[in-house]
Amino acid sequence: MGSGTGIGRVRGLGSAKHGAMHWWRQRVTAVGNLLLATWFVVSLFRLPSLDHATVVGWIGSPLVAVPLVLLTISVFYHLRLGLQVVMEDYVHEEGGKVFFILLLNFYAIGGAALAIFSILKIAFGGVPA
Amino acid sequence: MSRNPGRPLSPHLTIWRWGPHMVVSILHRATGVGMAIVAGLGFIWWLVAAAMGAEAYDGFYKVATSWFGYLVAIGLTWAFFQHLFSALRHFVMDVGAGYELKTNKTAAIATMVGSVIVTLLIWAPILASLAKGAE
Repeated sequence: MGSGTGIGRVRGLGSAKHGAMHWWRQRVTAVGNLLLATWFVVSLFRLPSLDHATVVGWIGSPLVAVPLVLLTISVFYHLRLGLQVVMEDYVHEEGGKVFFILLLNFYAIGGAALAIFSILKIAFGGVPA
Repeated sequence: MSRNPGRPLSPHLTIWRWGPHMVVSILHRATGVGMAIVAGLGFIWWLVAAAMGAEAYDGFYKVATSWFGYLVAIGLTWAFFQHLFSALRHFVMDVGAGYELKTNKTAAIATMVGSVIVTLLIWAPILASLAKGAE
């Protein structure tokens, strides 16, 4: 791997050696989102109502709770990757860039944790008689 | 690493005449950022409220079914399909297809027409039944 010219560094995929990983994971989570979000939206439309009892009863099923957890992981991972690129492109000042990407990571991980804990709390809450 | 100032810079936004492919590109980012914040927070709120109990869920439900809630939902529906159709176009371009000028332009326009049509198809019956219920 060259270290002098720009092209030499690009050929070596940069200092971290996995230059294409971010791009690839963006695509993997995009396909995940496509399948899981379609399932999610169609399922919501098929519910007789969206009141508390109906929603909690629906999420309580393992066949709903598990895809809902997977949807949360896929969506929040995808948005973390996507917004990181947006920040890298538009926030030019180094300190601000670090700050916003830090904030983004806290939001993505914190938000996903809250959502997943809530799904599991409902799902583990009990088995309907 | 320092940039060699002698090398030419790629012409940027102020140079190019705007075309559909540029609009779709920036819409993909804008809808992505919009959904990441608005739909992301809404999704968290919905689940946390449901896990906290009927009273907390009522608070969410009241906002979600207010006129403001519907307005946000309509906006998110459009953003979702714009981002989705644009993503499908990206998948095609990822394998190296669809770069011919005419194909590229047509596909870009199709994502925007498609997202508006699907949003209308989904919301027209819902809004019609809401209007009926309000009478």
